[in-house]
Amino acid sequence: MASIDGANGIGELPADQNRLGEDNYLTHERGIRSWLLTLDHKRIGLMYLVVILSSFVLGGIFAMLIRTKLLTPGNSALMDANTYDQMFTLHGAIMIFLFIIPGIPATIGNFVIPLMLGAKDVAFPRLNLTSFYLWITGALMALGSIVTGAVDTGWTFYTPYSTTTNTNVIMMVGGVFVLGFSSIFTGLNFVVTIHKLRPKGMTWFRMPLFLWGIYGTAILQIMATPVLGITLLLLIVERALGVGIFDPALGGDPVLFQHFFWFYSHPAVYIMILPAMGVISELVSVFSRKHIFGYTFIAYSSIAIAVLSFLVWGHHMFVSGQSLLAGMIFSFLTFMVAIPSAVKVFNWVATMYKGSIWLTTPMLYVLSFLFLFGIGGLTGLFLGALAVDVHLHDTYFVVAHFHYVMFGGSVIAFLGGLHYWWPKMFGRMYNETWGRIAALIIFVGFNTTFFTQFVMGSHGAPRRSYHYLPQFEAYQRLSTIGAYLLALGFVIVAVNLAHSLFRGRRAPANPWGAATLEWQTSSPPPHDNFAVEPVAGDPYDVEAWMYDSRIGGFVRRQPAGAPAAS
Amino acid sequence: MSTATTPNDHAAASHGEHLAHHFDNAEQQFESGKLGMWIFLSTEILLFGGLFCAYSVYRSNHPEIFLYAHRFLDKPLGAINTAVLICSSFTMAWAVRCTQLGRRKALVRLLGATIALAACFLGIKYVEYRHKWREGLLWGKEFHATFERPAAPVIPPPKPAPGINPDERSLIPPAAQGPSGLARPGERRYVEEAGGPPHDVQVFFAVYFLMTGLHGIHVIAGMVLLTLILLRATRGEFGPSYFTPVDLAGLYWHLVDLIWIFLFPLLYLIR
Amino acid sequence: MEKPDNVPTSGHAVVGHVVPFRVLATVWGLLLVLTVVTVAVAGVDLGSLNLAIALAIAILKASLVLLFFMHMRYDRPMNAIVFVSALLFFMLFVTLALLDTHAYAPEVIPGYAPALPR
Repeated sequence: MASIDGANGIGELPADQNRLGEDNYLTHERGIRSWLLTLDHKRIGLMYLVVILSSFVLGGIFAMLIRTKLLTPGNSALMDANTYDQMFTLHGAIMIFLFIIPGIPATIGNFVIPLMLGAKDVAFPRLNLTSFYLWITGALMALGSIVTGAVDTGWTFYTPYSTTTNTNVIMMVGGVFVLGFSSIFTGLNFVVTIHKLRPKGMTWFRMPLFLWGIYGTAILQIMATPVLGITLLLLIVERALGVGIFDPALGGDPVLFQHFFWFYSHPAVYIMILPAMGVISELVSVFSRKHIFGYTFIAYSSIAIAVLSFLVWGHHMFVSGQSLLAGMIFSFLTFMVAIPSAVKVFNWVATMYKGSIWLTTPMLYVLSFLFLFGIGGLTGLFLGALAVDVHLHDTYFVVAHFHYVMFGGSVIAFLGGLHYWWPKMFGRMYNETWGRIAALIIFVGFNTTFFTQFVMGSHGAPRRSYHYLPQFEAYQRLSTIGAYLLALGFVIVAVNLAHSLFRGRRAPANPWGAATLEWQTSSPPPHDNFAVEPVAGDPYDVEAWMYDSRIGGFVRRQPAGAPAAS
Repeated sequence: MSTATTPNDHAAASHGEHLAHHFDNAEQQFESGKLGMWIFLSTEILLFGGLFCAYSVYRSNHPEIFLYAHRFLDKPLGAINTAVLICSSFTMAWAVRCTQLGRRKALVRLLGATIALAACFLGIKYVEYRHKWREGLLWGKEFHATFERPAAPVIPPPKPAPGINPDERSLIPPAAQGPSGLARPGERRYVEEAGGPPHDVQVFFAVYFLMTGLHGIHVIAGMVLLTLILLRATRGEFGPSYFTPVDLAGLYWHLVDLIWIFLFPLLYLIR
Repeated sequence: MEKPDNVPTSGHAVVGHVVPFRVLATVWGLLLVLTVVTVAVAGVDLGSLNLAIALAIAILKASLVLLFFMHMRYDRPMNAIVFVSALLFFMLFVTLALLDTHAYAPEVIPGYAPALPR
């Protein structure tokens, strides 16, 4: 064991720490069929990671095109106004349906959940693979619509425009329908897994908070997505057969579409944020070297958010012809739903208080999240106030708000989680310095891009608009500069992570000193997850782990007097 | 010694052939399957829920449309279909019981009966749909039924009692009714009420075809599923130690029945 | 030899409960009877009670199917909780949608809201 690995002075790692070069889940079976027909949740999670990150890049390209066009207020050689409509529709639809909604659950969730439970797989592995292929099918249909007449309705597909435009709405909406079922089956799988596959000793209130976040998400995936399904189905038959359900000329009601659509799409945004909050709960405890504060409150607030999120959809319809009575009810409930989110933020900050803060890349993302999600959540309250919303609806203020919560919230947490679990997935450590640099660039770039939009929006700049008034030119340009900075940050992240796969320091089993069960198997794990079945304990007992410089990771603290594990 | 079980059942029980590697025991696996199926049924409730919501919205805002148009639905056929589905649910539940008790032949027969009853349901539905198609009683922009004035003098609707808004149209239909039974289309003429049928009658048929159509698709899917289960049952794959697929398919089939239990009064028996 | 109703002929232990045939047949009969009742009641004009009664009978029939054919009576409560939650969310959706559409119906097509009092 005398050989040195890298310049860190760390000796060669034994197989219970690092399994690169041994039999692990990546090498267990070889050949493309062993991947495409795998039932291993870890491999499925990885396949999802590849396609979902690709979707993020594609959606990001559309975003960069939009922002580049918006450098000029008038007509641009880059694209005409109709194409611009298609650009923001595709940016929204791809980011939402192909990236964020499957996002953390399908990638990190699939990989980590059985490991956190000390289990061998999810409850229904074949259903898991089916979910993946449903994603692929839906994605192909949605992307196919790009080449056959890219949709220009906005990702919200409002009637009557969506029923009358001559772009290929049916194919896009059909693709989203299929993606919806992928989401439903993933949620179903996770609920049953969490109910049935918990190990002995892991009661509901001794399970990691990430699982509570996933559970809340799954409730939403199961209960809300079918309503999107029927909505899209109705849209398809309306276009294809002239059913007339949303067409006033045939006795239909176009505002009913919005009720149907938002009944899903509001819970959908909580599908996006709850897993992210779950990730933050894990990271904040580990990198404050302190037990999570207020476990029970955080757990219950996940469920509260899930339930309350069903009660607020009308806040998207304040100016759509919804009645004042409904408007008032929804506004009140919108204020209520902010409470459990705030409870979580307070508990996370309380966890950090008097902790020993370790500013790794994941922790930088946690700090970014607290700031960015805080702003995003608070600006949601502005929009939830009826009178203020009349002024702010359909302006850049809304755009900034949801980018702060979805991007500044979910994507930042996703990046944090990706870096956190990266060593476990691949057995390699990424470069910490470049990781931190990228995190900082992303934070600065993000605020430059989107804070500007809050200001612009409060001055009345409308969203989804190809042309804009000259008074907004400076803001738009600043926002675009921020976007390019963001892109740079992501490029650094991508290069850093990719590089680590080939040259990164070999990772120990527990590089971060976490107490959840996935860190009690090697990095990467064997095919069967655990060589030795782990014993469930307190998932936040981080103080039971101490750093061992010989392996560059953490080992269990022995009782006083006993030697440390070698 | 019963001939209903095959050696497979014994083998399966002792070797845990059906036990997946990530479950600790058969009971955990069975309970997980059940929970998963109930969750799936919940998603179906919400899927149809959207259509029931559309029904509620349109009926409560325009009861006159529903009252007028529903008479063109065939009540006896609808009632027969309800009975058919109830019987198919019975045979399905009985089939699950037989599997649990190892009665393979009975299982196969009952599954066959369920599928046959389902086919019967679809056959009756086809008759109903064909009638609507011929009479132009369709959805939205496809609606092209014509309404004729009756030859005989029509009894005018009763005048609203004094004090009630005189613009309010009476909701009591006159003597001539929509068709019933298996009368050949074209033999009856639809009679215009004094004052004419309400605006947007096609809304009712849009809702009707959407709800019964989606339900019909689920019936077809159920038949396919049950046929696959039947094929596996004939090969002796199910018995007291392993009957989960039969049970879960049964749950799905009962849901199809459940939805129709609500569709029938809401669409056919409006007053 | 008379074997108890719920023991398989091969003598294996059964995973899960077996519903007695008596119960299945009774439920079947009740469902058919209730269907007849629904049709009969629909023939009588009871004003707004018609819808309420029709729904009440439908709910009763649905409960019979759920509890006995679908085994909910003998199953773990979690399965019932899942299903009932779905029903609750559904009712929430319908209630709020009805509330709102009633409120804006007069404006969709001005003057054409026959269901609402002027």
